[in-house]
Order: sequence, then C-alpha cells, then structure tokens
Amino acid sequence: MHEILKREVLVPNTVYLKVEAPEIARKAKPGQFVILRVDEVGERFPLSLSGWDKNEGTLEVLFLIMGRSTMKLSSLKEGDCIMDVVGPLGRPTEVESYGNAMCVCSTFGVGPTITLAKALKGRGNRVISVMEAKDATYLFWEDKLKRVSDETHVVLGDGSRGKHRQASQFVKEYLESGNKLDRVFVFGRVFTMMECSQATKPFEVKTIVGLTPIMVDGTGMCGCCRVSVGGETKFTCVDGPEFDGHLVDWELLIKRKRAYLKEEAQAFDLWQLDNLRRIAELSELPGRVSVV
Amino acid sequence: MAEKSKLNLNRVPIPKQAPDERKRNFDEVALGYADEQALEEVSRCIMCKKPGCKDGCPVNVDIPEFIKAIGAGDMPEAVRILKNRNSLPGICGRVCPQETQCEMTCNLAKKGGPIAIGRLERYVADWERVHPEVRERQKERISLSGRKVAVVGSGPAALTSAADLAKLGYSVVIFEALHVAGGVLMYGIPEFRLPKVIVQGEVGYVKSLGVEIKLNHVIGKIATVDELLESGFDAIFLAPGAGAPMFLDIPGENLSGIYSANEFLTRTNLMKAYRFPEYDTPIQVGRRVAVFGAGNVAMDASRCALRFGAEEVYIIYRRSKAEMPARLEERENAEEEGVIFKLLTNPSKFLGDERGRVRAVELYEMALGEPDASGRPRPVRKPGSEFIMEVDTAIPALGTRPNPIIPSTTKGLELTKWGTVLTDEVTGRTSKDRVWCGGDMATGAATVISAMGAGRRAATDIDALLKK
Ligand SMILES: Cc1cc2nc3c(=O)[nH]c(=O)nc-3n(C[C@H](O)[C@H](O)[C@H](O)COP(=O)(O)OP(=O)(O)OC[C@H]3O[C@@H](n4cnc5c(N)ncnc54)[C@H](O)[C@@H]3O)c2cc1C
Ligand SMILES: Cc1cc2nc3c(=O)[nH]c(=O)nc-3n(C[C@H](O)[C@H](O)[C@H](O)COP(=O)(O)OP(=O)(O)OC[C@H]3O[C@@H](n4cnc5c(N)ncnc54)[C@H](O)[C@@H]3O)c2cc1C
Ligand code: SF4
Ligand code: SF4
Ligand code: FES
Repeated sequence: MHEILKREVLVPNTVYLKVEAPEIARKAKPGQFVILRVDEVGERFPLSLSGWDKNEGTLEVLFLIMGRSTMKLSSLKEGDCIMDVVGPLGRPTEVESYGNAMCVCSTFGVGPTITLAKALKGRGNRVISVMEAKDATYLFWEDKLKRVSDETHVVLGDGSRGKHRQASQFVKEYLESGNKLDRVFVFGRVFTMMECSQATKPFEVKTIVGLTPIMVDGTGMCGCCRVSVGGETKFTCVDGPEFDGHLVDWELLIKRKRAYLKEEAQAFDLWQLDNLRRIAELSELPGRVSVV
Repeated sequence: MAEKSKLNLNRVPIPKQAPDERKRNFDEVALGYADEQALEEVSRCIMCKKPGCKDGCPVNVDIPEFIKAIGAGDMPEAVRILKNRNSLPGICGRVCPQETQCEMTCNLAKKGGPIAIGRLERYVADWERVHPEVRERQKERISLSGRKVAVVGSGPAALTSAADLAKLGYSVVIFEALHVAGGVLMYGIPEFRLPKVIVQGEVGYVKSLGVEIKLNHVIGKIATVDELLESGFDAIFLAPGAGAPMFLDIPGENLSGIYSANEFLTRTNLMKAYRFPEYDTPIQVGRRVAVFGAGNVAMDASRCALRFGAEEVYIIYRRSKAEMPARLEERENAEEEGVIFKLLTNPSKFLGDERGRVRAVELYEMALGEPDASGRPRPVRKPGSEFIMEVDTAIPALGTRPNPIIPSTTKGLELTKWGTVLTDEVTGRTSKDRVWCGGDMATGAATVISAMGAGRRAATDIDALLKK
C-alpha cells in the first residue's frame, strides 16, 4: 500500500501525485517508470517518474485522465492508498556530456523532462527546453522547467506565444537557422515524439523518444509492449522505454495503442456509473482530452 | 500379492464437467474422486515389492505407502507420507504429466491400466484442504537460526525452497515481481485446470511458516542480487522462472490481435479479464482463433479462447500428434471441448487490415522427415502447399526463455548459451558465491515438479553450507 501524500490538479485533466514509496525512490533514475494498480480489480498501467526524493522516500507522477485506470487514480484523495506500485522499471536515460541538449515535452512529458534536464545539466550540458501545450490553460510547471534549463521556449497550439503551433515546427526552424544540437529528447504525446523525430532526421541529430505502448506486467514477460525499432522487435518495458526516434515504426505504435478503444470505452462508462458521485465531489475534472 | 488373473486394469475415471458445459465457463474441469471412487482406484494397486511408480516420480514420492494409507482410511497418514516428499500435492496431482512420469513406470502401465496416481494425490490434498487441523498438527516447531535467506520469485521452486528453509530455522524473505505470489501457477495455468484458491492455500501455508513475501519487488531493479547480499542475506536462491515469451519471427507478428500466450494467459488468469468489466483489464478474442504450438501453454490458451466465446479455435502445430508435448489429459480435454488440431502445418506470415489488426495467416504444410537432434522426425516444408486461413486472433505459444533482468544486473553469474543460469544440477549452486538457482531459470521451461525438486535440493545445500 502506498499512501498519497499530495494531490494537485495542475491543469484541466492533468493530475499530480506525490506517493510514498521509499524503496523505489532510493533507486529511481531519469527515464524510468512505475507500474501501478489502484485496487484489487485494477489494471496494471505505467506512469513515468516525474520526480523522487530519496530522503523523504517519495515518488512523483503526473498523468492525464484517459480512461478507467487514470480516472480511478485521479479520484483518490490525499491520505488514500494505491494498492500496488512496482519499479523503478525500464532502463534509465543515458545521461552523458553531449554539449547542446534539447528537451522537448508536451502534456505529462513535462514531468520526466524536468528530472532529465536536471541530470543533463549536472553533466555539464547546455539544456534548451521546448514546452508544448494546447493553449495557456494547459500550461504548467513553466517556471520549474526554466530553473533546470539554460533556455526555455513555449509553443502553444493556438499560436498565442510566438509563431509556432507545434513543438516540431520550432525544432525544425531552430535547426534550420543554424543552431547546433547534439542530442534531442522528446517526452509526451506520441505525435509530438513522431513529428520532432521527423524534424531532426534531415539534420542527423540523434533523437531519443520515450515510448508509451500499452503494457501489462512491465517486466518483459508478456510482449504486449512490443514495438518495432530499426526493423527489430523490442519490448519497451525492458529494452526501453527510450529508443532512437529515427528508427521507430510510428504507424505500428499508434495502431497498437488504439487496439482496445472499444473495451476501454466500455470500462470507462461502467466505472463512471458506479462512481459518478465520488468523482463529482472531486469536481475539478473537466472533459477528456485526447492525447494520441 | 494379487493374482495375475485378478488384475483390475480399469482405471476409475475422474468425474468432469461435461464438455459442452465447461467450454463456456472457467470452473475446474475435473471434479475429483468421491471417497468410493478413490477407494476403488486404491484397491487396484497391487503394492509391488519393486514399485516402478516411485522411480518415475522426480521427487520419489512414496506412492504405494500413501495409497495404502488411503486404503486403510488413515488420511492424516496419507497426507504425511505425501508431503514428506512433495510439499505441493494439490498442485502436482493436477498438473504433473503423470503419463510420462509416475504412471508411465507404474508396473501396471505395461498392461495398459496404470494406477491413477495423480488423481489419488489430488484426492489426499483436497481432503487436507478441508481438514486444516491436520496441517497445523504437522507443522514442526521451528527454532530460528538467526540466518537469513532471500528467495527470488514465488513459483513452485521458490515456494518449496522457502518452506524447507523456514522449517530448518532460517528467516526467509521471498521477493516477487508481480502483485500476487505463485508464479506460473497464478498467471499461466488457468483456473479451470488449477483453481487459484489451491495455489493461494499453499502460499498461505508458506507464510504460516514465518516466510515473509514481498510482492511488487523486481530484483535487478528495486535491488540487485549484490545489494541483497550486502544488506545481510547469507544466501540467495534465484527462482525467477523463464518468463520471456518467444515469437514466431515472421512478418506481421506485431499486428493487433496477436498475443503471446503469456500475454493472453496473464490477462486472463492474473488480471481476470474473463470477468471484465468487473475487473478492469480487457482482452479481445475474435470468432476464429489460431494458437501456434502444442505444449501445455498452447492447450491452455486455446481452451481459454473457447471460454471467451470463440467459435472456432485451432491448434496449429508443425509436427504430428505423436510429438505434441502437452499433458495427455489436457490434449484430450481440449479435443473434447472442440479445439481443432491442424497438424503438420506452419505459419509463414500474418496479414492485417487497414486498422493494423490481424485478419488472416498464411500457412503451409509439412511432411515428416529424418529424425532430428531431439530424436523426433524433422518436419520439412511441402513446396507449393501454402494457403490462407482467416483468423481474428492469433496466439503464438512457442515457449519462453529466461528473462534478462537478473543476469544483466548480476556480476559474476555465468550463463549457458541458452541464457539460463549455469547451475550445478545436484546442489543448485551457481558460479557466484552464496547464490543458488533452480527451476525454469536453470533448466529452461520444464515442469512444476522438477522446479519443486530443484527448490528442495537447493534448500538442502544452502543449509549444509550455512551450517558449517
Ligand atoms: C513507459 C510509459 C510511461 C508513461 N508515462 C505516463 C505518464 O507519466 N503520464 C501519463 O499520463 N501517461 C503515461 N503513460 C500512458 C499511460 O500509461 C496511459 O495513459 C494509461 O495506461 C491509460 O489508462 P486508462 O485506463 O486510464 O485509459 P484507457 O481507457 O486504458 O485508455 C485510454 C486511451 O489511452 C490509450 N492507452 C491505453 N493504455 C495505454 C498505455 N499503457 N500507454 C499509452 N496509452 C495508452 C488508449 O489507446 C486509449 O486511447 C505512460 C505509458 C508508458 C508505456
Ligand atoms: C501456461 C503454462 C502451463 C503449464 N502447464 C504445466 C503443467 O500442466 N504441468 C507442469 O508440470 N508444468 C506446466 N508448466 C510449466 C511450469 O509451470 C513451470 O515449469 C514452473 O512453474 C516453473 O517454476 P519456477 O519456480 O521455476 O518459476 P515460475 O513458476 O515461472 O515463477 C517465477 C516467478 O518469479 C518471478 N520473477 C521473475 N523475475 C523476477 C525478478 N527479477 N524479481 C522477482 N521476481 C521475479 C515471476 O514473476 C514469477 O512469479 C506450464 C507453464 C505454463 C506457462
Ligand atoms: S509428484 Fe507428480 S510425478 Fe510424483 S507421484 Fe505425484 S503426480 Fe506423480
Ligand atoms: S507400481 Fe503401480 S501398482 Fe505397483 S505399487 Fe506403484 S502404483 Fe501400485
Ligand atoms: S509490458 Fe509485458 S513485456 Fe513489456
């Protein structure tokens, strides 16, 4: 059982939790994730680590409410417990001295990006962060990201900050205007990862993406999370979750992620019926936004 | 004892749910002997002076002795004899491949009517389960030695070694990656073949001996083997199984609707997708399902698919019936339930629709050729025999190999070329000081009883070494 010590709704549909998990906190590294199961009938689902504190024995996650499992998780209050938290899973990000490192993030990707940017700076990199959000309502932790970056750029989908509407357009122009990048990292929406990888490819800047296929066990035992990278099948939970974005078969990833749409909708509705009242009490939950 | 002419070769059949009924539910298929049936089967045993049965059992259960105790009406004694060698009889009685083990070497097998040892074993274990006071009485008094042993995994190898070590006075901690203890017994073998209350009963027994079970602990991630040693464990027994699924390695295998048998069974058994949406985890089973392979795993997957309501379920196997590795009883059960066997057939590629879902598989026929290294006739491709079969769910059930998480995080742990941990067969010792290994991780995918045997041998050796 893992107690929720802090809960905050950051922007519509996006929830932040600080959770007690001392053993995992001791070993956590940037790029890793945990698998959670909220209750006895719950699904196992992955969330990236958005922070940890070894001394306090806590982990931080932030997530979008997408369906039944994340909805359930979002309805827990401070003091409630999550039944199972497993981790830290996946390989940590390779953090080295690259030179100019760009970190692009959208939605929940902001969390893991902050932990990575901190580590990159620790290794003497110059960190250029690019944050993408739908509009100003969905923007969060800009100051937190600024604190760990040398340069921070914000791209809003309604064009209200600067001329770009997508992070990938920014990345493309950044490189086209002669700026040199030695490594790019992208976390968040699949489309952000895919489009940024396409943007950096002509410039041959190695681009690392954190893939988010559907998982079950998260320990290499089921093969549900398989993706195709450079023509080879890889298990995201043990071989990843980070891969070279130039080698990922994006179409396959997107199709596999959509495999359960029908069942997910069914599970979501049923759960809502049972718990509508409780969710209503927690009030801060506006409509779903689609991420994929 | 009995005269030849009096030999009774008619095995008492085990009552089962009718095929038409059971293929649509997840309740146990075999219902177990009633008392009279067990006694009748017992009466067939001729109490051989040289009982062949014992030699066929990998842990040498004292078979005639426990059978005799049933006959004498002394069930507590039958339990004691059985558990003296086999700590999980309720499980082994149900899942051991008896026809290649104890029942193959039973002296009556040659005559065509071996004693149904597995069914009797299950009968005794099920009796014990409803008479817990017997188990309590048999629990030995434990005096703690002050030494600590870590056991990695909670499958049959782990549970056996943990129970043995606890009884010898060690403080034992089990580290299990999943949220439930039991290994394949929980996530792989379906409820209708091995009810989960039985497995959890055994896990509860191990706990009652004082063993601590830490779930959700992936060793290699939350702590490495070396960190466990540094943190004060005197010895480590590695029993993480061989859980990484193998795929066919043919085009189209990553289409949606294609599950490894492990994923299919994990969703079904561990996550209880058969009770979706009461349970949150979904599964998709189409109208026509193809399962590739013919081992226990393939039988389990195909029978689960039927229970999810599939109309046609095929087992596709490149060899012939004689080479199918699954337990005989489960092959028969699958056939009775309507699983269709397409033998001497192999897939070459999967075809998908525009949404990336599997819609068909291309198959070709095989012929049997010269024997290969395993002594079985080698299947060879028949040229020009390709054909397309429409399917909406495909399940490769080709076996599993060791998970790399522990080997890749443990210094000085030598592996074989198959990726299993190099282990002394008798003692379970590895190349690394104070680290033992057993079960599927040491042998590659094998059986419950062989994993238990390995757990027991390692516990004995750990004790011998730590006592010094
Ligand atoms: C390594 C990894 C790290 C992740 N980190 C985060 C994170 O930090 N924050 C966050 O909000 N989300 C993260 N995700 C995605 C998160 O796991 C899913 O959003 C979640 O499982 C959805 O579950 P649900 O039951 O609420 O929704 P569902 O009803 O199951 O799904 C709703 C939608 O989400 C998609 N989906 C379902 N399961 C997954 C999945 N495992 N991954 C991605 N999409 C899925 C479906 O295609 C569907 O469109 C991560 C995924 C992975 C693999
Ligand atoms: C579907 C199926 C059907 C089968 N049917 C039969 C049958 O009818 N009869 C028979 O005799 N045999 C059968 N078998 C084979 C038998 O189940 C196995 O040989 C046996 O379970 C192996 O036992 P084990 O103790 O080595 O490991 P497992 O039972 O595999 O258990 C290993 C445990 O270790 C855990 N683990 C793995 N890595 C780590 C880690 N890094 N840290 C912590 N924990 C970890 C796993 O989660 C798992 O719970 C079947 C197997 C399958 C898959
Ligand atoms: S443990 Fe298995 S092989 Fe041994 S007697 Fe029992 S059923 Fe037979
Ligand atoms: S070999 Fe068969 S008949 Fe003989 S004692 Fe064993 S079980 Fe009985
Ligand atoms: S989630 Fe099962 S293998 Fe990765």
